[in-house]
Amino acid sequence: MAVKDDTKKPGLILPTEEEMQRAGSLVQGGPQTGGLEVQGVQTGLYTAGADREVTVREMNKDLQDKGFLVTSTADIINWARTGSLHWMTFGLACCAVEMMHTSMPRYDLERFGTAPRASPRQSDLIIVAGTLTNKMAPAFRKIYDQMPEPRYVISMGSCANGGGYYHFGYSVVRGCDRIVPVDVYVPGCPPTAEALLYGILALQRKIRRTGTIVR
Amino acid sequence: MTDTTDLQTPAQVPEAPTDPLDALGASIVARLGDAAMGHAVTHGELAIEVDIRRIVEVVGFLRADSACPFSCLIDITAVDWPGRAKRFDMVYHFLSMYTNRRIRVKAQVSEEEMVPSIIPVFPGANWFEREVFDMYGLVFSGHPDLRRLLTDYGFRGHPLRKDFPLTGFNEVRYDEVQKRVVYEPVKLAQEWRQFDFLSPWEGGAFALPGDEKAGASNPQKGKATTPNTNR
Repeated sequence: MAVKDDTKKPGLILPTEEEMQRAGSLVQGGPQTGGLEVQGVQTGLYTAGADREVTVREMNKDLQDKGFLVTSTADIINWARTGSLHWMTFGLACCAVEMMHTSMPRYDLERFGTAPRASPRQSDLIIVAGTLTNKMAPAFRKIYDQMPEPRYVISMGSCANGGGYYHFGYSVVRGCDRIVPVDVYVPGCPPTAEALLYGILALQRKIRRTGTIVR
Repeated sequence: MTDTTDLQTPAQVPEAPTDPLDALGASIVARLGDAAMGHAVTHGELAIEVDIRRIVEVVGFLRADSACPFSCLIDITAVDWPGRAKRFDMVYHFLSMYTNRRIRVKAQVSEEEMVPSIIPVFPGANWFEREVFDMYGLVFSGHPDLRRLLTDYGFRGHPLRKDFPLTGFNEVRYDEVQKRVVYEPVKLAQEWRQFDFLSPWEGGAFALPGDEKAGASNPQKGKATTPNTNR
């Protein structure tokens, strides 16, 4: 499947200009005056990216009207994958605290449809939060192997990225990519909760860009 | 407060300990007899030096004595002094919950010597002694379960000994062919480098700020302190 351009693909349905105007009239509630000069709706080139409100409204309208939606499989699969990143809680050190902060109310990771799971068999994503030691490495690989496909790995913090402070130490793995393939590296020592959130959003973007059924 | 006590104490009699911690140390050493070698108060902390062969007796005394009761074991660790005949220092820390005082007990141990376990007095010493065994290779006699505590399964060597190499001997990676994590000898992609806050590039013979004038009269001084690991 071809890689789609992100800017033109706002979620499930790309509304045409005409649909945007119709949606605009719904928002405004007023009569259409010639179609092009609806107040509050951009009528020129579509540059603002995805308008979720309009998309959702259109989707609801379609559903109520016809009872079904038309979209591509790639889109629906991407939507499902990015919208339910159940992550394995793999806190190894102080980064784990920032990982907890990410799911606390201020940044509220769960609004993106994620959920912390205690079992690798229920997880799509593993966040390696902290120092991966030699002793932990075989266990870590075992956990990764238990995760169902498609699975993603976020390496969080300097220690997981490349050993960090303990790079020359006798007991630390020099980067968790020596053990598993990593999708997103989040730098920092530890990264802020915001940085981890950004890393998760970057992973979602990556999933969307490489969005094929066969990985 | 310490200043005023110093002023009141006549300078002619330095033996009389005015510091209660000092007095406690002196009385402990006196009552322990030849099990204790001496005591010292540095930075407001009391330390006594004892004979390692009688450590169980000493610790039992410190715990039971009504003047002390050091009822709480805080920590057990060791120090490696490679140049010394008796290579290691065993270090025990205790806290008295009754008098809110702390004490440090030190004992010199040679590499071949066995250290009596203090588990009969403080059962909580179990894992501390396992840690010391793991990190320094000191063997405890009478320990019920002397295994390694922290290092990897099958680890060789004792990391906190001064002669243990920083990067160790083995490193791990996942082998795609064998489908498991394998151990290999350490192969560093980048040499260990000495970084400091003055220059991001090593090896420059630069002077510390303010040392320029001193360097004029003694040009070797700046060079000697500069780490130069690359040549």
